[in-house]
Amino acid sequence: MRVVSAVALNVFRESVRDRVPYNLVIFAVLLIGSSYLIGQLTAGQDVKIIKDLGLAATSIFGLFIAIFIGIGLVSKEVERRSIYALLAKPMSRTQFIAGKYAGLVLTLAVNVAVMTAAVYLVLGYMTWNEPAEARAAWDAPGTDPALLKALFLIFVELMVVTAIALFFSTFSSPLLSAALTFGLYVAGHFNADLRNFEHVVDARPAVWLARGLYHVLPDLSAFDVKTQVVHGLPVPAGYLVSTTAYGALYVAALLLAATVIFTKRDFK
Amino acid sequence: MAAAACLAAAVVTQVARDRAYPREAPATQAMLYVRSPEAVKRMVLGFDALAADIYWIRAIQHFGGQRLAEPGQPRSYHLLYPLLDLTTALDPYFNIAYRFGAIFLSEPYPGGPGRPDLAVALLRRGIAVQPGKWQYYHDIGFVHYWSLDDPTTAAAWFQRAAEQPEAPNWLMPLAAAMLTQGADRVSARYLWQQIRSSAEEWLRRSADRALMQLDALDQIDALNAIVASMPPPAGHGYSWLPLVRAGRLRGIPLDPSGTPYEMDPSTGRVRVSERSPLFPLPAGVHGR
Repeated sequence: MRVVSAVALNVFRESVRDRVPYNLVIFAVLLIGSSYLIGQLTAGQDVKIIKDLGLAATSIFGLFIAIFIGIGLVSKEVERRSIYALLAKPMSRTQFIAGKYAGLVLTLAVNVAVMTAAVYLVLGYMTWNEPAEARAAWDAPGTDPALLKALFLIFVELMVVTAIALFFSTFSSPLLSAALTFGLYVAGHFNADLRNFEHVVDARPAVWLARGLYHVLPDLSAFDVKTQVVHGLPVPAGYLVSTTAYGALYVAALLLAATVIFTKRDFK
Repeated sequence: MAAAACLAAAVVTQVARDRAYPREAPATQAMLYVRSPEAVKRMVLGFDALAADIYWIRAIQHFGGQRLAEPGQPRSYHLLYPLLDLTTALDPYFNIAYRFGAIFLSEPYPGGPGRPDLAVALLRRGIAVQPGKWQYYHDIGFVHYWSLDDPTTAAAWFQRAAEQPEAPNWLMPLAAAMLTQGADRVSARYLWQQIRSSAEEWLRRSADRALMQLDALDQIDALNAIVASMPPPAGHGYSWLPLVRAGRLRGIPLDPSGTPYEMDPSTGRVRVSERSPLFPLPAGVHGR
């Protein structure tokens, strides 16, 4: 556990020093702040657009951070040849992978927390500024705690994407890892279409293949509850727990596969 | 320094060329490249609500731009329904898009596209998503009453609205009044006053305008009666001047927005000016 923590903290420190996440988070915070101005164009829907833009910005910029840093987690060490020194230390390859993953998740957690704070800050200002009659027309309170459900599932989705990026990073170049990770991200959002493939084609093998792919590919659309929380619709606790459990199991599967691949790699 | 000087020289040359050989501005007709909600849903990769907000902003800009065009310029609201269709398909719980859409789709030309059928279709889609939303039933009833001049169907929808959860208690009496009395300004005024108490500013503004239109209708009735009581001598057309001289009017009467009424010189019928923000007045809301 100490070894994993040490690797994780090192990854976090390196990420903090890297300018890419800084720029992305600053840009995200600026975008969230500008949503207050964009909201003036929406005929009374300011709060909705602040919430929509805030959640979307957190998701998109979190995705960029997960991919840009995740694809280089292992491949950078290999390119810099620092992998030899690392593997010579009393640390298993499993601990190495786990530590790398934990470090990037910690980085993401901090970045998502900063963006969450920015969203609530703008919403708080909005709520404070609006008269009570206008606030009564909102579907949900301005600083609605239910937003945290959407932000939590966005974070779990980013954990899955990070695991995908790390998985590809163990055997592929950064450019290819980025393309494959983004491709899986897109496929994960269209996943639900595969479940109902029998409405599109008649061939049974195609339907079975589609159904199989539905279960194997990451079901990322399930993590999207943005519309529900913005409109004040309920998100059952059971749904949150089951979706989080799905994410955790998928992450575990990816990390184990990454460990197997990384363990079998010969760095001579 | 040399690069900056070259760029500055290029800019000066460009300005001089544009002055000497002005180019026509490219046609800027509004375009909607993707009309299929299903296609857009796939293209936005899960950011449906944000895309809905963008289409909503576009719908408002399109409607406002056409409505505020110079008087006499042709207006085209051809993109309003497709934009609202996309907005509500991407975010089916976007309440204001359904309600806004209903009121302004049914607004008669030139204030709107004059399509109450599309307004009803949009609201019906809202009901399919949220069957318990009494506001949508109420709005359909209102479209039938105000734009389609069909108080019987309007009453049926008000009744359905009254049966929904959390419906206000004034809906059932309104439905009953509509069934028994038929279309009249009293019920219309009551309806608009209810909408005016809505928390949404755009709906309040629409209600204010409609109430002024009803006041204008009452004033026109009174003015027509005054004009009819003092017909002009043979060979002369109708005008305000004889009425003012005779003391029947203090001056040229103004409508509730402050714009002078106009009089048809051949028939004496009083009407709201086309320059008035209250133009056109709703058809079919006749007095008692």
